[in-house]
Parts: sequence; structure tokens; C-alpha cells
Amino acid sequence: MIVQFICRAILLAVPMLYGTTGEIVTEKSGHLNLGIPGVMYVGAISGVVGSFLYENACGNDIANMNGFLAVIIPLLCSIAGSVIMGLIYSFLTVTLHANQNVTGLALTTLGIGLGNFLGASLINITKSELPSIALTKTSSFFTVKLPFADDLGWFGELLFSHDFMTYLAIIIALAVTFVLNRTRVGLNLRSVGESPATADAAGINVIKYRYVATCIGSAIAGLGGIQYVMSYASGVWSNNAFGDRGWMAIALVIFALWKPSAAIAGAFLFGALCNANNYIQGLGTETQELFKMLPYVATIVVLIITSVRKKREHQPPASLGINYFREER
Amino acid sequence: MTKQPAIELKNITKRFGKVVANKNVNLTAYRGEILSVLGENGSGKTTLMNMISGIYFPDEGHIFIDGKEAVITSPKEAFGYKIGMIHQHFKLVDVFSAAENIVLGIENGKYNLKDSAKEIKKISEQYGFDVDPKKKIYTMSVSEKQTVEIIKVLYRGADILILDEPTAVLTPQETEKLFAILRRMRDDGKCIIIITHKLHEVLSLSDRVSVLRKGEYIGTVNTSETSESELTEMMVGKKIDLNIQRDEPKNTEERLTVNSITCVDKTGTVMLDNVSFSVKSGEILGIAGIAGSGQRELLESIAGLQRLEYGDIFYFDPKTGKKESLRDKNPLQIRQMGVRLSFVPEDRLGMGLVGNMDIVDNMMLRSYSKGHSLFLKRNKPKSLAMKIINDLEVVTPSASTPVRRLSGGNVQKVLVGREISSSPTVLMVAYPVRGLDINSSYMIYNLLNQQKAQGVAIIFVGEDLDVLVELCDRIMVIGSGRVTGVVDARTTTKEEIGLLMTKPKDDGKENGNG
Repeated sequence: MIVQFICRAILLAVPMLYGTTGEIVTEKSGHLNLGIPGVMYVGAISGVVGSFLYENACGNDIANMNGFLAVIIPLLCSIAGSVIMGLIYSFLTVTLHANQNVTGLALTTLGIGLGNFLGASLINITKSELPSIALTKTSSFFTVKLPFADDLGWFGELLFSHDFMTYLAIIIALAVTFVLNRTRVGLNLRSVGESPATADAAGINVIKYRYVATCIGSAIAGLGGIQYVMSYASGVWSNNAFGDRGWMAIALVIFALWKPSAAIAGAFLFGALCNANNYIQGLGTETQELFKMLPYVATIVVLIITSVRKKREHQPPASLGINYFREER
Repeated sequence: MTKQPAIELKNITKRFGKVVANKNVNLTAYRGEILSVLGENGSGKTTLMNMISGIYFPDEGHIFIDGKEAVITSPKEAFGYKIGMIHQHFKLVDVFSAAENIVLGIENGKYNLKDSAKEIKKISEQYGFDVDPKKKIYTMSVSEKQTVEIIKVLYRGADILILDEPTAVLTPQETEKLFAILRRMRDDGKCIIIITHKLHEVLSLSDRVSVLRKGEYIGTVNTSETSESELTEMMVGKKIDLNIQRDEPKNTEERLTVNSITCVDKTGTVMLDNVSFSVKSGEILGIAGIAGSGQRELLESIAGLQRLEYGDIFYFDPKTGKKESLRDKNPLQIRQMGVRLSFVPEDRLGMGLVGNMDIVDNMMLRSYSKGHSLFLKRNKPKSLAMKIINDLEVVTPSASTPVRRLSGGNVQKVLVGREISSSPTVLMVAYPVRGLDINSSYMIYNLLNQQKAQGVAIIFVGEDLDVLVELCDRIMVIGSGRVTGVVDARTTTKEEIGLLMTKPKDDGKENGNG
């Protein structure tokens, strides 16, 4: 039961971890992308469209499907979709100097609307009775387990029974940590988010860094969307099922104090908190709703603690949310 | 040894929209010399230097480095020509260490902070800097930050160094230290360009002086062959009497007594620590200190904008002779008693004026509560606005131009003029001449002197010690929120004040509020 609880928490955690890692990369460049929920949603639906087309091209027979293509097509589509969202955000804020908060919120609305439109269109095409699209064949390729996982009992289940996207999420988070703290690119990126004028004077291309970081961040976040559909929802897309995971990912950025390595632990904690209500006996529906607040309560607690402690390293990037104009001195 | 021109500017012109920031500027700087670029605020010094360091690109003209034409379109290319600029507002990332800031933006070589730290140590020893590569910027003093900035450009191998108003934030002692380092660099064959508007620095440091006025190049003279008055004439275009008049205080009586007040900011840092002093009518009390030592909190406490942890402030009403505590009065009540704050904050528009409103409406901000009708009456504020525009020679298209469109100096005139117009009994001014040209500065000094003659008690927070020493009657020095000394301005020296400014706290701990 405990093993099951933890596995379930991990399953819930992974989409958030993608979203958070992506948002951290974005925020380190000084972009407060509140469009992450929309980006993840578009990432999910783009992947779904890709996989839908591939499944149909193979005549809906799993024997015709190539495992590698079944995985790589949705992933590439997902990345393409979310990078386009990142590009829209960067174009509006960097090139057109639009307000970041407004742009982000608009992107969330746009992303969810677009996702639902495409989702409903696909449901229309399949003429399905249910308001959902089942891509279970593709999903089966996503959820391949390591062969020896079942031989190791609970230990195997805990550590090796997850889909490859789970491990990828952790690898990406660790890689981002390494890049941010140990490489020149990371130093430059952090300086762009802290003080773009300084970075500019030091010869760093602020515009390039902001564009690239936002697009890479969006791509990572978008992977969380497709991972959710293929692994958590077993390949079933239905409109609005993604819920508020995108917002939770943004809360998790604050919770993790802008550190991707801390976000790994934070995501699992959030996953566990989201999930706890299912494992506690005798809860009424209203108490269950209260439990869903726990991740946000945890975020507020972290905010209180960090603002009391006032450690500069725990603050958001200094220029977060502020656009950079060179001419303004 | 014949001197090698390191950098030559020929017919440089730069426009921002319709405004011509630089017009046909010609300038030459040699290796192994310190060249001062002298000019008033707004004369285009910084714009010119920004073109050398790649921040701006000239609209017309050519730049030659070591005799070859150079096209500098970005700061990176400027580094390529071994040009390093130390900006007036430091370009440092607060949460980074010194070493991280120094290597920022360098692309060649491996990223290894340990090796960089060794290199930094080497440079430090060569020129006599004192810096810890691991120290975070936000824990540093202003002078340490400047050191990091200088090492940053040296680390990149710069041999043409441009320093934009490097001494604006330094104490006299720190300034001397900096000058010693600059002289060492000059002797090392580097070309050093220093932008400044302080005449005595020009005279003590540089080998030659180039003067700009309103964006135009006026001329270059050898420092040894010139004088303060000649340079001023070049700078301003006419002869000016550089002495600030100072009359003996007349009819002094107690006006304001501050009794051991303590203030704590919202992060828990003590901003004012047991501060006591008094101001008399008819005198100017100067307040000197490094920026951020509690000047702002002190003035705000008196104006009723700060919560006092301890202590009391008493006001002696000149009409009734009554002694009143300001502690439990709100800012409006304090204003009505005649205590006026003309605070010119660092961003000029921050606290005193509303940038998007015009001069008339800004006048009304102080008087609207006196009206009794439901609607606003603009006649009185309008005539006041016109009076200020005429008396103080405010340059504005009209009284209905938004204040934010005026230049910094004119904004300050409007602000100071409004506060003075209400015939205060206590007038507090902070940095009233920051960013003003010499003429306007003297106009403000005269205004303050007039007020003093009328028996107003004036508190003057200033940054230029020369001015403080010449204008004030007494000078109170604060450091880290404490009063470190009160001196008679007629007998004191800048050095004495400088020492008081940096007098260490008893526990020797440094406070990182910057």
C-alpha cells in the first residue's frame, strides 16, 4: 500500500516536475511565464495530434507500429507545439515589450482554448461516443517497464517500474542544475535574469538568451503535458482533464526556490500531497477538496519562511517579470 | 618617449530623436596619460563614452584606435579593442560573487572559478586592490563594488579604461586610494579617461582636460596650465563666481530637537540608531554620510513618514513658543505646522512629484485639501506654477507639460520651489542639486540662503562635501544610522568629515544595506 502510494505520487509528480524545470529555466532568464499551464496543455495536445496521425497511418494495428516512431513522433510534436508557444511569448515580451504577466495569462487562456479546440476536433473525427480520444497503443510504448523491474519485488516497483519519461524528467532537472551552476552558459543565463543591463554591458546577448531560455523552458514544460496524457492518463485525452497542474508547477518553482534539484523532491512531495486524500479513510468530499489545497499551502509556508529569513540567494531572479530596454538607463 | 594616441574621436555626432547629444566631437587620448572629460550634467559626456564602449553607435564620425579605424557596435567588440568602461551605476549582479561577476561574459577558455580567483589575486597585487573573489556583491561596500568593476575590465585585458564619475559615491579617503591606483595604471602605460564634473579632482588627477558643453566639444587644455576658473568658463560658457555666500546665522532659537530616535526597516535592519540633534532657526544644518546611511529615514522620521521605535521629536512653534511632539502627529499635521520636506530622491520623481501630472497639478497636490468646494480650483496653483517657472527659470514648454518630460534639473526646481513657496519654518532638502548644472545649483543655494535669512531652520542632506563645507553652518555626519560627529562647517575639513563618514561601528561589523 505504501509502495502503491509512493508510485502514485511519483506518477502525479512527473508532469509537474517537467513544468517546474521548464519554468525555472524560463524564470532564470527573467521571464515570468505565467503561460506555462497553456504551454503544457499545447504540449499535450500537439503530442496527441502527432500520435493520432501516426496511429491512423498505421491502420490502427499495433503490429504495424514502430516503437521508436510511436514515441518520438508525439515527443517531437509536443516540443514543436510548446516551442511555438514559447516563441509567441518571447516575441511579445522581448521584441514587442508587452507586459509579461498579461502575456503569460493570455497564453494560458490561448493554450487551453487551442487544446480544447483540437481535442474536440479529433473527437469529432473519430465520431467517438465518449468525449475522449484513446491512444492506448501509443501509450503502451510510453509505459514500457524495465525488464527486471518485476523481479525485484517492492524495491523494483518503487525504483524501476516507471515509464522512461519519469527518469528523463529527473535527468533533465539534474542537467539543468548542472548547467545553471557549473557552466558559463548557466552563469550568463542567471546574469540575464538578475541584471540584464549588467549582462548586456558584459557582452552577453540578452535578447538571444531570453528567447532561447524561454523556448527551451517551454519545450521541457510541454513534455510534462504529453507525459501526463501517455502515462498518467494511459493515452486517453479528454478536454480539461489536465486540471491545474500547470499552476501547481509554477507554485512549485517558488517552493523549490528556483533550484531544479530541489524541484525533484518538491514535485514528489506535491504529488504525495495531491494524492493523500485517496489514501486516508473516511474523508467526505468537502475534506477531499481541502486536501487538494495542500500544495498551495506548502508554497505559502515556503514563501513566509524565505521572506522571514531574507537570504538573498533564496529570492527570485532580480529582474523577474521586467522587460529589458537597452535605451533606458 | 613620444606619446602614442590610444584612441581618437573624429567629428562624432549622436542624436536621440531631435535631441543632439553630441555634435562634432573631436577627442584624443594617449597611452600613459589620464584624460579628464569635463562637462556639466547633460553635456553629453556619458553618451560620448558609451559610444566608445559600444553601448551606443555614433550617427556620424569615426573612431580610431591605435591609428586604425574601429567600428564598435557592441560592448563585446569594445572588449576586443581592449576598451573597458566602469559605469557610474555599477553593472554588477548582486547575488553573484566577485569572481563570478568578473568572468561574466568572457567566452574563451575554461570556466573555472578557482583559476579565475588566482588571476584576480594577481591583478589585485599588481595595482594594490583589496578584494575577496568569493565575496558576494550585496555584502560589499560601494568602494568594494567599484574595485570589482575595475578588476572586471582589467581581467579582460583592457588598456583603455573609461571611468564615469567614479568618485561620486566615494569618501575622500576612498577617492585618494582610487586615484593612487589610477596613477599606477597610467605609469603602467594604460590610457585612462575619467568623466567628472568635479573641478578639484580634474586638477589633482589628470594630465589633460577635454571640456564638453551642451554636447559640443569646447577644447582640451593641459592640466598644469589651467585653473579652476578657466575650466568653469569653458564648461559653462561664462564666468561664474564659484564662492557660495554664507552669512552668519541671525536670531537663532531652538526650532526642532530630535531626541535619540531609532528606526528599524521592514527587514529588521536598524536604519537609525539613537540619533539626537537639534536645528536652530536661521541656520543650515548639513548632513553628510555615505549614501544609504540613514539620511532618508532621518528626514522621513521628521516628516512623520517613518515609524519610530524609540525616541521623540520636538518642534518649537515660533508663533506660540509652545513645545510640541511630532511623534504622534500624522504627516499632514506636521506639514501644517510648517515642517516641509523637499526630498529629492535618487529617481527624482519618486516621492515629491507625480510624473504624469503637469506643474499646476503638482502644485495642487499640496493645497487641494484647503479647498472647500467639491470641484478643484486651478487659479491659485496656476499662478504659483507660473511664479516658480519665472523665478527659478524652469525650462518647460508650458505649465501644463507633464513633469516627467522636464529634465532632471527642472524637476528639482519645481519641487524645491513648491516647498519654499509655502513659507515653511523647517525646510528639509535632500540632494537638491543632484544632476543640476552649475548655474542652477547656485540658484538653489541662493534660495536656501534666502530662506535662512528669513529665519527658516534648514536641514540639507548633500553628497558633495565641498558644497556642504561652503554652504552649511554646522555639519552632522552619520554613518550606518548613527551620528558619528557634528562639526562646525567654518572650521572643518573634508578629510575630517570623510573620516567620520567611515568611522567603524563599535562591533566592527559591516552592514550590507546598499
